[in-house]
Parts: sequence; structure tokens; C-alpha cells
Amino acid sequence: MKRTLGPVIRHAVLVLGAVVTLTPLLWMVAASFMHTGEANTIPPRFLPRDPTFAQYIALFTRLDLARNFLNSALITMIATLVSVLVNALAGYAFAKLPFRGRDRMFRQLALGLVVPAQVAMLPLFLLLQRLGLVNTYLGVMIAYFASIYGIFLIRQYALSVPDDLLDAARIDGAGEFRIFWTIVVPVIRPILVTLGAFTFLSAWNDFMWPLIVLSDSGKYTLPVALANLVGEHVQDTELMMAGAVVTVIPALAVFLIIQRAYIRGVMAGSVKG
Amino acid sequence: MRSALQRRQARSGWLFLSPAFLLIGVFFFLPVVAGLLLSLTDFDIYAIGSPGTARFVGLRNYVEVLRSAAFWGALRNTLYFVVAGGTLSVAVSLAAALLLSARVVRLRSLFRTIYFTPVVTTLVAVAIVWRYLYHPRYGLLNHVLGWLHLGPVDWLGDPHWAMPAIILLSVWKNFGYNMLIFVAGLQGIPEEYYEAAAIDGAGAWRRFLHVTLPGLAPIFLFVGLTTMIGQFQLFAEPYVMTQGGPLGSTRSLVLLMYEEGFRWWRMGTASTIAVLLLLITLAGALLQMRLQKGRGS
Repeated sequence: MKRTLGPVIRHAVLVLGAVVTLTPLLWMVAASFMHTGEANTIPPRFLPRDPTFAQYIALFTRLDLARNFLNSALITMIATLVSVLVNALAGYAFAKLPFRGRDRMFRQLALGLVVPAQVAMLPLFLLLQRLGLVNTYLGVMIAYFASIYGIFLIRQYALSVPDDLLDAARIDGAGEFRIFWTIVVPVIRPILVTLGAFTFLSAWNDFMWPLIVLSDSGKYTLPVALANLVGEHVQDTELMMAGAVVTVIPALAVFLIIQRAYIRGVMAGSVKG
Repeated sequence: MRSALQRRQARSGWLFLSPAFLLIGVFFFLPVVAGLLLSLTDFDIYAIGSPGTARFVGLRNYVEVLRSAAFWGALRNTLYFVVAGGTLSVAVSLAAALLLSARVVRLRSLFRTIYFTPVVTTLVAVAIVWRYLYHPRYGLLNHVLGWLHLGPVDWLGDPHWAMPAIILLSVWKNFGYNMLIFVAGLQGIPEEYYEAAAIDGAGAWRRFLHVTLPGLAPIFLFVGLTTMIGQFQLFAEPYVMTQGGPLGSTRSLVLLMYEEGFRWWRMGTASTIAVLLLLITLAGALLQMRLQKGRGS
């Protein structure tokens, strides 16, 4: 693909694309530092005249958004830790611990990938109700603990773990779990980071499931609290933008810190999958 | 000795798989099957208190749903989003990947990161941001259109514009994901193919048609399938931006299911919509696989 566009034009288009991509996010940040009413002017303002933290202060005092932030953080972190452990064990078993019918089972599991999660939500809600888990953090988290996609991701990577390494440890008399913990985990660490990032972001950003499970506004996660807030405060553009910033920043931070692992995961999921 | 070791590995295999199997079985596959059964009952708000009152009604829910204007409206809106939005999204992803993949590009990883950023943002938060960008009086978008002497458009208030507005948001939010996958796919096409085509006198457009597109064929199937399945799940954007309006023009199947199930507690009807969504998604997946196979041969 060389010399299809002049390098200058190509870079101009790339820069234009970057501006268009970033504008909504930059405007969100700018508006969050404006005084009430400042974002609703003609022509629209791009920069705050006199930057203020007033909106953020209102969010964390009057509206108690810190609580929702902590709910999101708690649910996301526990879900991430459990999901990495559960999927790593399963993915490794599918790659390296043979038993009868294992590969057929793996193929059948793949069928689940085409089933939209929403199809399971209504009965799952009724099941959680029987178990007394409606309106609890555990009820939200439980849906993130195991993922077919996560098992796929780990299995693919674990296939490359050398069998000699495992056999040597077996000859030394190590148990299977010890082999997993002390030999396999360090080798597959990069993909564990990737899976952790995926789980973190999908749990943090999820909306429909916590919306269904949680009924008490003190237990809402940030996205649910935000969607609820926009109903009452739709006129308060600047306040809502501060809420959006608070919700988006942790997701962006996690992505920027482990960008490499994340991007590798997206690419691995497609090319070999 | 050998078989004892094999037995040990098989036992550990089962043990290692059991937490995942238990969770996926109980909290995913079981509910999917239960959903099929639920769609054959009149499970409603009274049954939530005492499930014994729910009765088996056969296919009555299906007859009612398939006769309701709300279902066909939601199906039409969803298909609009899947076909128009999905196609546009894949096209933008491919264009961005082609732009990025040329050897002359400087700061490639910076551009790649910028284009990918919307993918990791919280959908609800950016849907709220776009709701303000779409404001007919104060919104940035109409202001920019004003420079070009276009508009103003009542983006979210006009039934003809609300779905295009949601599509635009979702393309902005999602194109970076497929872009990355196309970039990986483009890296897999050997440079010699382009050189050979250039020697044969093929221009840029012909090289794109005869080298790039066939080289990306397996990627297209993957991207097409995952994008379609994702698009069928449209929910948060209309929930936050339009509540399904104006005049029901953005009510998706999942939003309709949510309203039936969790606002009116008609679980039987809602499950019927969920099952139909599953069947439509599967039909779409099969259709795509058939089409792509036909094109490949």
C-alpha cells in the first residue's frame, strides 16, 4: 500500500481524524471545568472562561458520587481478580491437561459465543432473586466471573507453554496445582494482564446488568448512577460532564497504562481466533 | 506409571475446569435454556411473588409478539442499526487501518492510540456527552454544520435523524476496535503481492480490489460476525439519549425486552423477545457465513 496518497495528504487526513476523534472527549473535560450555564451559550465555548472545580465538588458532596465510585471500584476489582483466576485455570486445562472428550467440550463451549448475553438476563434475574442476590454487589459480579472469550484467550496462549517444562516438574514430584501456580502463571503472565484489562474495562463500563440487578441508588455503579442523574439534571451540562469525566478517567487510565497488553489481546483474538 | 500420570492430569483437568464450568453452566447456559421455557409461560408480576401462578401457554406469547406493532418497529430500528451502522463502522475501520498502515506514516502508534481511545470509554458517559453535542441550539455539531451553512438539525428530536445520530455515536465509539484487527490483517499480506501487482501495471485502486480485499477475506468474516452480534445488542445509547423515542424511532429489540421485562414485569413476553433476538442473530450469522463463502469461491 505505498504511494496511494501523497504523504502530506495522508498525514493531514490522519490529523483531521484524530481531531474529530478527540473533540468529544476534550469538550467533555473542558465543560466539566465551566461554571453552571457556561456550556449553554451561542456560539458554544471550547474553553472555560474561569476554570472551576465547582462541578466536581457538587458531585462529591451534594450528590455523593464518591459512593458510586467506590461501588464500581469494588465490583470491578473483585470481578477482575476472580475472573483472571477462574479463566486461567480453565484455559490452561483446555490447553495442557488432556482428558476424554475435552476438545469436543471446548468446541461446544464456543457455541456460547454467538448467544447474546441479554438472552440469559431475565431468567438469571429470577435465579438471583431465589438466591437472595438481587440488589447485591455479588449479584452484579457473578456475571463477570467466568467468560468463554477469556477461556479462549488463555488457552491460545497456554498452548505455547513447553510440555518439557511441565513434565520436568512432574518428575520432580510437584502437584498439578503447584505446577500451575509456580511454573505456568509466570509464563502466561502477559495474557493474564490482557485478560485482566479486558475484564476490568468491561465490568467498569457495563450498564445493563447492574441496571437490572441493583435497585437501591446507594448501591449503583457509576454508569447506572450517571444515567439516573441525567434524568434529574439534564439542564446541568457542566455537572453531567464532570460526572462523565469521573466515570471515564479510570477506564482510560487502565488502558493507557497497559495499552500494549490490551492491544495485543484485541489482535490475538482475531487473527488466530 | 504413564497411565497413572495421565489419570492424574485428567483429574486435575476436570478440577481446574470446574469453577468455570459451574459458573458458566449455572449463570449462563441454564438461564438461556430457562429463557426458552419462560417464553412459553405467562410469567408476570404476580408470578414474581409466587412462581406457582405462572401457567404454560404454549406459543401464545410468540403469536402476540409477532402480531404487535412494537416488535416490528423495534426489529426495523435494530436492523437499521445493524445494517447501516455496522457497514459504516466497518468501512470507517478499514479506511483508518489503510491510512495508518502505509510505510510513510509518522507517529503511527500515537494515531493508533488516539483512534482506539473511544473504544475503552464508558458507553453511558460518552452517550451523555454526545447528547449535549447533538443539542439543537447549543450543540457543537450544529455549530460546525453552521460553518458549512448546513442545518441546524434536531438530531435527537426528529424521528428521521435520531437513529443516524445514534449510529454516528456508535461508529465514533467502536471503529478503533475493528481498525486494530484490520491493521493486524494488513500486516499478514505479503509485500511481494503488492509488488507483483504493481509490476503488472495495477494502479492503487486495482491493488486494493485484487490484493488487499482478498487478503483480508478471513478477517472480514470475523469482523462481520462480531460487529453484527454486537450491533444487535443496542441498548445503552437509546436508553440514555432518547428513551427509545422520538415516536419509537430508536427503540431497539433489547430496549423493548428491557421495558417489557423490567418495567412492566411481563417476563414471558420479554423472554419471547429475547428468544427471537437469539434466532435473528443466529440467522444473521449463518447468512453472513454463506455470503462470505460464496464470495470466496
